[in-house]
This record gives sequence, structure tokens and C-alpha cells, in this order.
Amino acid sequence: MMLIPCPFCGHRNESEFAYGGPVKPDRPDPHAASDEDWVDWLTTVPNPLGPVEERWWHVKGCGTWLTIWRDTRTHCVVEGSGDAG
Amino acid sequence: MRDRRLASGGRIDRSRPLAFRFNGKGYRGFSGDTLASALLASNVRLTARSFKYHRPRGIVGSGPEEPATLVELEGCHASANRAATTVRLEDGMAARSVNCWPSPGLDLGAVSQLFAGLIPAGFYYKTFKWPGWRLYEPAIRRAAGLAGAPDAPPPDAPPPDGHFEAVHAHADVLVVGAGPAGLMAALVAGRAGRRVFLADERTEAGGSLLDRRMEIAGRPALEWVAESVAELTSMPNVTHLQDACVWAYREHNFLMVNERSPANPSMLERNWRVRAGKVILATGAIERGLVFPDNDRPGVMLASAAQAYVNRFAVKPGERAVVFANNDSAYAAAADLLASGVDVAAIVDSRDPVPDSARDLAGGIPVKGGSVVIGVRGRRSVKGAAVSKRDGQGASTIDCDLLLHSGGWSPAVHLFSQSRGSLRYDESLATFVPDEAAQACVSVGGASGELSLASALRTGAEAAAMITGTEMPDLPTTTGESYAITPLWRVDAPGAKGRAFLDIQNDVTVDDVHLALREGYENVEHVKRYTTGGMGLDQGKTGNINIIGTIALQKGVPLQDVGTTTFRPPYSPVSFGAIGGIREESVVLPYRHTPVTQWNLDRGAFMYEAGARWRRPGYFLRGDETFQETVNRECRAVRECVGVYDGSPLGKFELKGRDAGRFLDHVYTNLMSTLKPGQCRYGLMLTEDGLILDDGVAMRLGEHRWLVSTSTAHADAVHGHMEELLQTQFPDWSVHVTTVTSQWNNATVCGPRAREVMAALGTDIDLSPEELPFMRFADGHVAGLPARVVRVSFTGELSFEINVAPRHMRDLWEWIMEAGAPSGIEPVGSEASHVLRVEKGFLSLGHEVDGTVDAHDLGMSWIMSKRKADYVGKRSVELRRRGKAVRRELVGLLPADPNDQIPEGAPLTPGGEKRPSEGLVTACVWSVVLDRWVALALLENGKSRHGETVHVRLKNATVAATVGEPVFHDPDGLRMRS
Repeated sequence: MMLIPCPFCGHRNESEFAYGGPVKPDRPDPHAASDEDWVDWLTTVPNPLGPVEERWWHVKGCGTWLTIWRDTRTHCVVEGSGDAG
Repeated sequence: MRDRRLASGGRIDRSRPLAFRFNGKGYRGFSGDTLASALLASNVRLTARSFKYHRPRGIVGSGPEEPATLVELEGCHASANRAATTVRLEDGMAARSVNCWPSPGLDLGAVSQLFAGLIPAGFYYKTFKWPGWRLYEPAIRRAAGLAGAPDAPPPDAPPPDGHFEAVHAHADVLVVGAGPAGLMAALVAGRAGRRVFLADERTEAGGSLLDRRMEIAGRPALEWVAESVAELTSMPNVTHLQDACVWAYREHNFLMVNERSPANPSMLERNWRVRAGKVILATGAIERGLVFPDNDRPGVMLASAAQAYVNRFAVKPGERAVVFANNDSAYAAAADLLASGVDVAAIVDSRDPVPDSARDLAGGIPVKGGSVVIGVRGRRSVKGAAVSKRDGQGASTIDCDLLLHSGGWSPAVHLFSQSRGSLRYDESLATFVPDEAAQACVSVGGASGELSLASALRTGAEAAAMITGTEMPDLPTTTGESYAITPLWRVDAPGAKGRAFLDIQNDVTVDDVHLALREGYENVEHVKRYTTGGMGLDQGKTGNINIIGTIALQKGVPLQDVGTTTFRPPYSPVSFGAIGGIREESVVLPYRHTPVTQWNLDRGAFMYEAGARWRRPGYFLRGDETFQETVNRECRAVRECVGVYDGSPLGKFELKGRDAGRFLDHVYTNLMSTLKPGQCRYGLMLTEDGLILDDGVAMRLGEHRWLVSTSTAHADAVHGHMEELLQTQFPDWSVHVTTVTSQWNNATVCGPRAREVMAALGTDIDLSPEELPFMRFADGHVAGLPARVVRVSFTGELSFEINVAPRHMRDLWEWIMEAGAPSGIEPVGSEASHVLRVEKGFLSLGHEVDGTVDAHDLGMSWIMSKRKADYVGKRSVELRRRGKAVRRELVGLLPADPNDQIPEGAPLTPGGEKRPSEGLVTACVWSVVLDRWVALALLENGKSRHGETVHVRLKNATVAATVGEPVFHDPDGLRMRS
């Protein structure tokens, strides 16, 4: 079970959180985006081998939606996209 | 029956004899025995039949590495596939061998040995291909395999005398293993005041010191162990568990410990989930076997196991032994056996020359250097060892009933490897040792390849001193032992013929690995999967490295390049009960109740699960009514006079902030911000991909204050959805969401005579249709209680939803029943509520709404705002609508025969024929207003097919039904607006 750093509660067990999935790009303007761009944004989720920016909801804690960088190979919570070994 | 118990010594309590049964026969052992040691003491040699070939097998090891003797425990200890070496003997225990019938001595499955040459690795997969593996699998699984799960206890059996528990713990230092290295580490860390968690899989501390005759500080080593344990016990900052296996090393230094016999007698097992600052792995090393023909015969045993049996259990595993080794450690074992009265005929050492350090230990036992065992005499029990020089010269047979072998020691790197630490092949030790750690852990003692007692104590102390930043303690002196090894991965001397087993549990031989390599399965992981070598309960603890060595020899590459297979939890088998703990029924996931639950139960309500752990009444059976009569009575009350419904479980959220209206416009498909305070509106929420998330009602309480209700089951999902949007997409919008589900309870009084009941209750709110029309609410008092009355309706009748604080709910409910009695009020359960909403064609998530329909399909295009430029899901619905796909649309169905009930979920097919379905029935109820069965269905192009006859295809019948509007009662909604 991972330890997830919550900005308000500190490091807490993963079981207190709900997974929010990898962070997608900002929602495109639904009037400007092409069909392809919209579907791409909707359905293509970042899935790198390595650090991924993702959201967790501290649902059994303070209620914060937080963002971490997690290395999918090691579960290490890393500071940013470039730091994982 | 010959008793092989020594007269004295060992860690058994001779004053506590225990009786047990094995394969139906009675035996005796002592407290402190394992099932294996008690069987050996009773001279039971043939204890098992092998997995695939049904070869006779005996006891090979002394701990969790045991590959051969698996047993099924019966009675109150019922448990399948346990290694006999890890079963602590208890009085009255009954066990039987797995995979043989009727007994290991007379095993009818043993005929498969005749065909053994015909069933190499992959045989089943290659042979039983046509027409499909599944046809053959059940029979093969019966013939080859392990025990099944224990039978369920008979219904009249007493309840199990205990329960499982799972607990969390935190430790500054978790020490795995209470051998010399682990004890030393725990002492140093404990003395430094750290929170120490020490867990060891054996029933008592000491590790390998229990099995050997060693000295620490000039005294027997076990005295030092006892003193160390006493000191640890005296430290309040140390938790010390024995018979507790650390079976998983997960991410972020999270480890699982299975405590198999907690002190609490009401507890069967306990699973600790330990988060550790640092982990010290003192898991020791495991002896591996040598690979020679018939190295699986009963009586062929690991040298270290025999040493453990004489020293720890005071059992002579045989009378006359031959020892076969490629390293020094077996010499000490031979010396201990000799000292215990076992005649050791010879030590056969593959090394040439044999190092003097080893010869010094032999103590007069003849040593045959440069020699190997090329065969075993005896099938059901060893009778002799065939020995020759490595080049095949000088072959002879030495009579013996015990053949001990030692292929060297492999550090127990399982947990280190689970933590993703890398391994390195060490040439001088001829084994894999820990290399780079991936988490905050350090391996010490045997687990790091430090195989001497002195270095175990030293590395254990060093690791703890470094972690705690304290001084190294003075280390006690120890008896020294040397360790040198020259690897021998398999005996290939001329004359060595017969099956040489690499994995005894799975019947994998050298030939099987060669076959796998020939067929192109070159990667060690592929070899494992093709041959099954290294799988099973022991996970190849004694054999994996020999498989790696065999691959390396065959391919002509170094072992480092072959590498190991991936180590995964569990290290040793763990019962599911221990993993689950008491996560059963209501203990960890309690039900949610409203204040009216007891009232409901007192009136014989049959309770239903209502989603999100809520329980609500399904129906109130009265007298000798049938189920249908009950539901009809409750429905008629609402349609003809009045009913009352407890809506407290509905999700409720209060939204505050100047952007709340704007936000609701974004999450609902329809426009909310135009509501005025005091008004409410039914709304639909979509997910961004255009599917329906939930429906509910939004009320505007004030300029910047809203109350949103959701369905019972989806409250949490809606909450998460709103919070995610607010915190990630609109962090600058001023909206605060507060869950108030449990702050408001409500009772809905519904039916044509509802206003009468409200008047009888007494209220200061003007309930006239002019002052409080449909979809309005007002705050005030009802029956003297502060209340909010909302005009919403899920039944289609005139309804007043009275919201009060939970502490007033029970009073309110009883007063409603009192005030409504003259009007014929009835409490309404979920069943009647379902009928009433179907009659009105109101949708229900999970019935009409699944992952395919949108609002247009449900005839609710009006709710998809055209005035709003954007809302969640809008673009996706439009995109999908532009496709040419045929849509399934909501319709009403009237069965041709009004007495025909259609099962929910039944498919509609053209003409009722066996053709692809064109829809399905989502609900079917007996309508009290039409006095017939009515149904809702999703039907392809349903909206344009009103008047058509469609057919429901059932297993043995077809039901014709007429398509119509999905509403059967008051289509204009006049009654709920009255």
C-alpha cells in the first residue's frame, strides 16, 4: 500500500484515497475542438512507463483532490517529471 | 513401529505427549514437534505421492522450504496443502497426504509412473488440444494436483472457535527473522529506544541456532538466544512475534506479517500490516539440494534438515547415512548426526581436492573426494547410494537408509527481491545475493550471504547501529565455522541414469528443462512457465537455483546472465481469512440506517439493500398476505388515499458561494441558475463522455445557497464528481460543497389525501397549490418541529416531502402515522415505490439507465438545455447523436395477456425468434391503476413504433406485447401538481 503525500494531512495510506486517474490536458473548448481532438482528449489517458502526473481524492480524509507525480515502475512518488531514476 | 526419538535433548517437551492421526493411523508426538518431526520419530518414511508422476516421497526439509510432503488437515484444523514441516503438532490433529488415493503406500494413481517417459513438460498442453483443453482439464486436475479447499462445515457443526484479524502497525525498524543476526539487530535498535517490530516464522526464536550445536560467549548459543529474548521482552518499545511469517514486502516499506497463533485464544490468525521506517532483513539462508538420479526417494533429505531433526526435535531421521555435498556445511551436519548415534557411512564430496577445513570437521567419517552419487537404491525407501568418481570410475554401492545432500546455501532473498532490490550472482558462494536495495532496507546475516555465526552477529549489529546512529556493541565470541563451495549444478557422471529432479514439488527434471530450452523457451521466466519448475507452494525454495544452474550449463552462459525469476508475495502460503481479517458483513462496513429502522422492523418490514450500504424497508407484510397483495395494498394507498415514504437515505449536498448557480449549470444538463429562492427543479447529471451519472433535485435556498439531492446509491460518486471539477477545473470559482445527507431526514407524505394529513399534523406553512405549487419548497414548522416542506413527487401523486433534523424524524414519523390513520395511511416500501414510479415512467438508475442510453433515448430531450453553450457531457452526447447507430429508446409495453408477467432483463427479438435482440425489458410491475402487468423497455427506434406488437423471447415461450408511451398513469401530471 502506497503512502500518498496530502498537502494538508501529510503522508497517508493509499486506502484513504480514491484514485482520480492520470491528469489529462485542460478540457478543450467544446466549440472549438474538432471531433478528433475531443474524442482524443476524452479517451486517451496518459500511460507512461515512468513518472505520471495523477490525481487522488483524499475522500476518507480532508477531501482534497491532489496531484502527485508517481513513477509507474516503482510507485515512488517523485517531485517532477524528470526526477525518476 | 520403531521409535526414532532420542532419549534426551531437543526443543520438545517430553512431559506433554500428543496424539495425532496420519492417513487414518494413530501416532504420538510431543509438544514442540512439527507434524514432520513426529512422523519421522514414528518412522513413517513414505509420506506423500508426487504431483504428476505419483512417485513415492518422504520428508525432504524441515521448514517452509519443504517441497514434498503436503498434507490436508482435517476436522477443526481443516486446511489444505500444508507443508508437514510447518504444521505445529497439536493433540487430536488429523492429517492426510494430498494427491494419493487411498494412501501413499497404495496409490492407484501411481500407474502414471509407467508412462512417465511419455509425459514430459508441456505434454498436457501439446496433447490435449483437440477439440479444447477445457474438455480434458477437469480429469487431469483430479489426477494430478493438490488438495481442494476444505469442505464447508456441516450445518450442525459448532461455530468456528475463533476469528481472523487484520491490524495496522508502525515501526521505526522492522526486523525480519529472529536468528542470530535478527536478534542482534533488534537488541541494538531496541536499546537505542526505537520502535522495533521483530517477526520470525518459527515457533521460537533462534533461527538456525535451533538446528545446530553452536556456542556464543563460550556457552550454548540457545542460552544467548534466551537472554536476548528476555531483554527484548523487557523493552516496551519492542514488539516481538514468533510463528509470524513476513510474507510480503510491498511498496513504500509496507510489509505483511502473518501471525499464525496469536496469544489471544479467540483468534485464529492475525495479519499485521506494518509500515516501517527501515527494514532489516535477517531471513537467513536456505539449503538447496543436489541434482542426481532418483534424488526424490523417501529417505533422501537435505543435510540441514537432518541436522535440525536430531538437534531441534531429537529425532534420528535414519540409522545409517551417506552424506553427499559440494560444500563444507554438510560436514557439521554429519558430525551432529554421528554424535546423536546415527552411523554415517561416508561423506561423498564432489570437490577434488576436498579442503582441509572440511576434512577437519568430518571427525573420522570416511570422505570420498571427487565423487558423486549416481543413483539411489530402493523405491519406497532408500536402501543404498550408488557412488562413483566424477568420471564414472570406481562405482560402488553403500548401504544406507538415509541419503543426505547439500548443494550449498542460498540467501533467502525473497523479501529483498519483492521490494525490487536487485540480485547479484556471487561466484565464491555460488548463489545470488542482494545487490542494490530499492527501498529503505538492508540485508544482514545469511540473507546477505554472511553465512558464519560471527558475521551474522556482526552484520546484524552493524545495520542496527547505522540506522539508529549508535555505537557498535561489543560482540560475543562464537564457535567458528568455515564455508567453502564448488558449485555442482547436476551430476552428469557416466552411469548416472534416471530422473534427476530439480523441482520435487512439481516433478520437474533436468530433462524437462533441457526440453524447454530445445523448444525455444530460453528465458528463465519462460522455462518456469513451461516446466512449472519453481511454482507451487514452496515456490522452488530448494530448487530454483539448480534450475538456473542447469539453464546456464546448457546454454553455456554465466548464471548472472540467466538471472532469477521474479519473486512475488507470499513468501509462504497465507490463509485468505488472515488477509481479510474481520472484514466481514457489518463489522467493517456497517449498514446505514435511518431513525425509522427500528419502527420498520417492529412492524415486520422486510429490509432491502438500497445501495451505499443503506438498508430500507422493501415491504410491510401484514397478516397472511402474499407478497403481491402487500405491494398492491401499499400502492393503492398512495394512488387512492395516502402513503408515507422514508426518503432519508437520498444523498444531499449543500452548495454555497457566489458561483454555485453557475456551477450547477455546468454539472446539470438543464438550467438551474434561473431558479428563484424557494424553487426547485429536477435535473440530470452526465459524465463528460455523455452518459448519465445521476438524477436529482436542485433547490435554491438563497441567492448563493443551494441544496442538491441525489439518488441513494450514487451520492458518493456525485460528490466526488463535483469536488473534482471544483478543485481541478474551477479552483477559482467560489463554491463550497458540504455533505448534509445525514443532517436532513425526510418523510414523504404522498397521495390524493396528503393535504388532509398535513393539516392534521398542523403546520404554519401555507400548503395551498397557489402558495406552494409543485416544485416549490417552504421552511416553517410541521407538527411543531422545524421543517422544510418540498413539493416533489416520485410517485406521481400530490406529495409533501417533510425534511427535519434526524433527532425529530422518529417523532415526525409516528405523528404522521397517527395523523394519517383516519385517511388510511400506509407506510410504503421500496417495492411499492418501484411500482409507482414505473406506472409514471420515471426513470431509475440501474434499470432504464445503463452505460448506453442518453436523455434523448429516455424521451427527456427537454432536459438537455439548448440555451446553455456548454455543460458536462454536452459535446459528447451531440457527437454520439450525429452517428448513424440505431438507438434503443424507452417505451411502455402492455403484454397481450394482462396476466403475463415479463421477467426484468428479458430480451426483445424480432418475432420472438432466435435472432439478435432489438431491446430489453427494464422493469415489469403489476399496475394497480390498470389492474394488469405493465412494463418499461428499451427498444430499437421505440419512439416511432408505438402501436406495434413486439415479442419478448423467454426460454420456453414468447410473450407478445404492445408498444406505447412509457407512462401508464396520469400522463399530464395533473395529480402531482394538484
